[in-house]
Amino acid sequence: MNDLLSRPWPWYVAGPLIGLMVPLLLKIGNKAFGISSSLRHICAACLPGRIDFFRYDWKKESWSLVLAAGIVLGGVLGGVVFRNPDPVRISAATEAGLKAVGIENTGGLHPAELFNFHALGTARGLILIVLGGFLVGFGTRYAGGCTSGHSITGMANLQWPSLVATCSFFAGGLLMTWVILPRILGL
Amino acid sequence: MKYLKYLLVGTGFGFVLTKSEAVSWFRIQEMFRFQSFHMYGLMFSAVLVAMVSIQLIKRFQVRTISGEPITLQPKEFSWGNIFGGATFGLGWAMTGACPGPLYALVGAGVPVMAVAVVAALSGVWVYGLIRHRLPH
Repeated sequence: MNDLLSRPWPWYVAGPLIGLMVPLLLKIGNKAFGISSSLRHICAACLPGRIDFFRYDWKKESWSLVLAAGIVLGGVLGGVVFRNPDPVRISAATEAGLKAVGIENTGGLHPAELFNFHALGTARGLILIVLGGFLVGFGTRYAGGCTSGHSITGMANLQWPSLVATCSFFAGGLLMTWVILPRILGL
Repeated sequence: MKYLKYLLVGTGFGFVLTKSEAVSWFRIQEMFRFQSFHMYGLMFSAVLVAMVSIQLIKRFQVRTISGEPITLQPKEFSWGNIFGGATFGLGWAMTGACPGPLYALVGAGVPVMAVAVVAALSGVWVYGLIRHRLPH
């Protein structure tokens, strides 16, 4: 049992479980599965200012903040309590490609040398963590959803704008991975 | 107490995200380099299960546990789907995380991602500030 919980799960186990979040949230409270809107509610709760976009009754959306807190807790369970002691087994091609730009896969979910508090003092760490985070927040809100709201809920509900959004997510990701990221990592 | 169920669903989701390694920067790199089926299998099977579930909910007019009818809002097209979507994609490949994994990683042993969450919040805030000047 312990082994089952600490080992990584194959896609054909984890994927359907992720898909089940959609009917589960609809059944327990008529909520559409989507994570990025919680960021908006936090802004509305903490710093609405005079911005119309944040002036609404965020308390009605508290469920989404509780869901986000649960995700952090799930991360503690999956990544600390039942931590996988082995490195993430990525393909040999990716490993070689990353090694070529100076990233070694030595265990952990993220490259330890890029994603730690000291790295915030380096140009590449600051760009990846702070600018990257900023673009995730700005982009998901501008797009009206993220991987959960558009790519899973929206596409599963056959919404063509969600397909357009998903293709755009990918276009941005490919441009970053193939063109911009190697330059950032070279800093 | 009425929020406990959302805490449990969130915990389950965070756990599956971590166990599937969808939260891993390495897996996201692998996906954008087209060097493994893992993330694609994960997305396709998730969408398939969600799609069948939604069809069943509609066909049998399933209600919530408290008896309300279940409704899903349509997603309306905006130019933000394209411009905002591509912007998010850039950040996704940089941080190796979309919003769900961003939260999960804070708990899963990459605490510096809390800084990325604050950065994401500032991104949302700036969007709120300038959105009337952006094409939609």
